[in-house]
Amino acid sequence: MIELSNVSKTYGSGAKAVHALKNVHLAIPKGAIHGVIGLSGAGKSTLIRCVNLLERPTEGSVVVDGRDITRLGAAELNRARHRIGMIFQHFNLLTTRTVFDNVALPLELAGERKAAIKRRVAPLLDMVGLADKAGMYPAQLSGGQKQRVAIARALASDPQVLLCDEATSALDPQTTSAILELLRDINVKLGITILLITHEMEVVKSICHRVSLISNGELVEDADVGDFFTAPRTDLGRDFLNDFLELTPPKELTARLLEAPGEHTHPVVRLTFSGDAVSTPLISRLARECDVDVSILQAKVESIQERTLGLMIAELLGDTDQTRKAMEYLKAHQLQVEVLGHVQRDV
Amino acid sequence: MSSAMFDLILQATLDTLYMVAISGVISTLLGLPLGVLLYVTRPRQILARPMLNQALSLITNIGRSIPFIILMVAIIPFTRMLVGTSIGINAASVPLTIAAIPFVARLIEGALNELSPGLIESAQAMGATPWQIICKVLIPEARGGIITGLTITVVTLVSYSAMAGAVGGGGLGDLGIRYGYNRFNPTIMLTTVVILVFMVQGFQSLGDYLVRKSDRK
Repeated sequence: MIELSNVSKTYGSGAKAVHALKNVHLAIPKGAIHGVIGLSGAGKSTLIRCVNLLERPTEGSVVVDGRDITRLGAAELNRARHRIGMIFQHFNLLTTRTVFDNVALPLELAGERKAAIKRRVAPLLDMVGLADKAGMYPAQLSGGQKQRVAIARALASDPQVLLCDEATSALDPQTTSAILELLRDINVKLGITILLITHEMEVVKSICHRVSLISNGELVEDADVGDFFTAPRTDLGRDFLNDFLELTPPKELTARLLEAPGEHTHPVVRLTFSGDAVSTPLISRLARECDVDVSILQAKVESIQERTLGLMIAELLGDTDQTRKAMEYLKAHQLQVEVLGHVQRDV
Repeated sequence: MSSAMFDLILQATLDTLYMVAISGVISTLLGLPLGVLLYVTRPRQILARPMLNQALSLITNIGRSIPFIILMVAIIPFTRMLVGTSIGINAASVPLTIAAIPFVARLIEGALNELSPGLIESAQAMGATPWQIICKVLIPEARGGIITGLTITVVTLVSYSAMAGAVGGGGLGDLGIRYGYNRFNPTIMLTTVVILVFMVQGFQSLGDYLVRKSDRK
């Protein structure tokens, strides 16, 4: 449904040139919810704006529903944009229009008749749960309600694609999950393809099917959400995941952590369980079969859509041979084992 | 106060209102599009035309920098061509209008500049043409600021119209100078000033009321 090929965007030229996007390839199938996550300034906003040409790429093609929209003339582009809805972090509702008239705006722009507009707007307001607020002005609504109006407005011209530009970043956690719920509903009921950009892992975790990680204008990772949360392939991906899981070793421990194993040290490991490993009593078996003791420093279980993810930071107590065998045992049971360092054994 | 005096003051009041009304309406009709044009032709705006923008901006600034009293005299041939005479309230309305157009344009441009760029962006994302953005987004959303600007313009026109006496213009300012100042008639002087104060007060209150009514924030 959306296909970016070799998309680059450069602002300015020569020595002062800023490369906002570099050679981006992204293919999103019909009906998918695709997230792009990255730090601020990584190029997320530029990327999403290239899909409806609010930003025109310096190079590359942008194919939406089989048409390369970079080749369209102004009038054709406007027609194509009718089928690409967009919502924004700050809602961008017209303050002088009522809720009803805001939702009606794209239909007015497309030249629809009054009666047709009326027939279309009412069910949309119903769908976003604001049927009783039709006559109100945006200033009388809460942030979540404003975003619902913006969603209804984006859906008014029956788009095939919905672009979400940090749509929940200005909302509190409860409202965020309600809005995400609504977006998922829309995706399921209307089959709309959703591309969203965000800096929040929570958003990716709760509604995305696939996720791309963007850094310095490049897509550095592209994975199923389950894979991304269990086994990110880049350091940046791991940073995002660890921040999200709040699973970093305690400060007191990091201070004592040695990089290389010594005479009387034992390893501190981060274990990641997913799939069957989550429900198997591996730690107690490990203790029995490899004759090591396990001291759990931190642990957490997260469910990422249909998958469960377990994380643990633990100290393996035993001699070098025992701990090596223990790690092999864990790896054999599909756990990811990452050695964070070594600590001096208490004597 | 004699009834002759009263008639004189009434006539002058009507003359002032007439000049303000004519120049207010025409300068709005011409200044509004100019202000919109100044805004939308800026670099990176919806109809970016940097050269045109600089030219318009230069003309507007020239218009705004000429002192009104000089402008009034300088354009007498133009005024005569337009209304057939260079004296009277019709003649005075011409320089008032000319002076007010760039004034209105800058105030409109300023009102549009207050709008969040996100509004234009979202309208573009909806497939709005530049003309639709102007008519359906920019002007309606800026209407509070536009009304504020027009109120300032009308109040300024009231005080500028007092200078119209210099070209035999008529109106309250003219009356105040000729009867009140030159003939040492403090009653007339005071009366014209009081009427002008009330007039300005009235326009300002009306403007404030309209802004409040249009404000949905």
